[in-house]
Amino acid sequence: MAAFLQQIINGLSLGSIYALIALGYTMVYGIIQLINFAHGDILMVGAYVGFLAVVYLKLNIWWAFFLAVASCSLLGVIIERIAYRPLRNAPRLAALITAIGVSLLLENGGLMVLGTDIRSYPAGTINNVQLPITLMGIPITVTTLQIIILAVTIAIMLFLQYIVRYTWAGKAMRAVSYDSDAARLMGINVDNTISVTFALGSAFAAVAGILLGLYYNTIQPLMGIMPGLKAFVAAVIGGIGLIPGAMVGGFALGIFETMVSGYWSSKMRDPIVFLLLILILLIKPAGLLGKSNTEKV
Amino acid sequence: MFKRRNLLTAAGILFIYFVVYALQSMGMISKFQEINLMMLGINIILAVSLNLIVGFTGQLALGHAGFMAVGAYVAAVLTMKLHQPFALAIVCGALAAAVAGIIIGLPTLRLKGDYLAIATLGFGEIIKGMANNIEYIGGAAGLIGIPRLTNWTILYVMMVITIVVIVNFLNSTHGRACVAIRENEIAAETMGINTTYYKVMAFALGAFFAGVAGALYAHYFYLIQPTSFTFFRSFDVLVMVVFGGLGSITGSIIAAAAITLVNAALQDLAVLRMVIYAVLLIVIMVFRPQGLMGNKELSLGNRIAKRGAAGGSA
Repeated sequence: MAAFLQQIINGLSLGSIYALIALGYTMVYGIIQLINFAHGDILMVGAYVGFLAVVYLKLNIWWAFFLAVASCSLLGVIIERIAYRPLRNAPRLAALITAIGVSLLLENGGLMVLGTDIRSYPAGTINNVQLPITLMGIPITVTTLQIIILAVTIAIMLFLQYIVRYTWAGKAMRAVSYDSDAARLMGINVDNTISVTFALGSAFAAVAGILLGLYYNTIQPLMGIMPGLKAFVAAVIGGIGLIPGAMVGGFALGIFETMVSGYWSSKMRDPIVFLLLILILLIKPAGLLGKSNTEKV
Repeated sequence: MFKRRNLLTAAGILFIYFVVYALQSMGMISKFQEINLMMLGINIILAVSLNLIVGFTGQLALGHAGFMAVGAYVAAVLTMKLHQPFALAIVCGALAAAVAGIIIGLPTLRLKGDYLAIATLGFGEIIKGMANNIEYIGGAAGLIGIPRLTNWTILYVMMVITIVVIVNFLNSTHGRACVAIRENEIAAETMGINTTYYKVMAFALGAFFAGVAGALYAHYFYLIQPTSFTFFRSFDVLVMVVFGGLGSITGSIIAAAAITLVNAALQDLAVLRMVIYAVLLIVIMVFRPQGLMGNKELSLGNRIAKRGAAGGSA
């Protein structure tokens, strides 16, 4: 039982990172129906900006977060402007291929500039101590890092919900994702709205990148690929295009993955995760929280 | 069947084969060129078979590397461990891949667009993961020491068979049904086309030839590992298909050739190669999103036949 609870705790912290990444996918997918394959690599850039800020600029970790968020938002907007905007009316596959191209560019550009070395944030970047906690009479350990990860994620989720529900930009985003042509007719600047979406999504990726770097204690130029794919899986599981879906999917995936590696084998982790994806798609093709609508001729 | 056009095409096909064969027997083809020649043939098989699924049937699938892996592993086990002849191994590998295509296709083809893409991508990862976990086929280390049985003749024959079968399939009732599904699935269904049946058929046929490509690949490079079949390989093939033009077989062939050559030309640049490749990809897609050929075909036989006919009447 103690082990089980411990797995849940570990799964929650991994899951909240997935949820953060999935948010970016979901927002971008919701607004332009594009699987932004480069999202995982933006995460990698965020992790490195944070690393450089901590190691070379000797900044404290919170400033590193700030710097990573700022630079990744900018990067996201630039990528959208250069690579995706010209393809807005092109066949969707062309846009998908471009996204793959951007992903390859960031990965290999990263390899070229940063080398293949695996690095880690210096010890003491974050004050990480193990806290023994007794939950319902069962002793488990929670690290401060896990608490920070969970808290940051929940704060960001609430922040995003606030933006999407109550601000002007959020209304514009919802309008564009519902029907971009109609939104344009109503005087919404569609291009700007899409840029804002990319900036926000990339900002979350940057935060997730640093958290992931701290969590696994390693960063390297290809670190974004698998978390990126898995976060996309999380978004699909929850119901892509839905913000609560990203959260539910992220947590579900994180816990499930930790359980598989804890109780079975860590080698089986990735295949089982994808098997889960296929099963969920078969049972509920629109994801756990999604509603499917039948298309008519 | 024996139209002037077909005869000319056949002559062209034979001509290319003998030119390369002659060059090879005269020792004019270096090791490096030979590797790229083999990759070229394998890529053409992969691209043409994926185009059947993505370009003609309109089902965005990202699991082609998975089918290739099935073909490669099954064929390699047959020749290496069970000492069966290579021809049988290719057929069995391809059949195994086709069965995998049906198993995956039946449930997942109910999904549409990006959902199908991500499900097939997941499927590719599952195959890779299984290869990683089965010790009999080498686990993560892979199979080493597969006999080198793929040569120019086998490769070329397989390539031609792939193209001929798929082109003929596309020109048959079945192929037309596939194109109808691409154009509008609901309308096709209303017209009485059994969409599931044709989608699975296209999927299985595409997977079959991906299996052939996998078997050829395994028997040329001695070594297969789970990491040889990551989703990047699927992407690579998809890139060829989209670059060549969805719905153009000749486009896929040209694109497969072009991309293989670009890869070969940039070989020495290590990481920079992939950067250039990525930039090229983005630039090409931004400026020509419909691909090189769009949905047009280029026919060697047709051209010559037309010219011949014009000359004859003059």
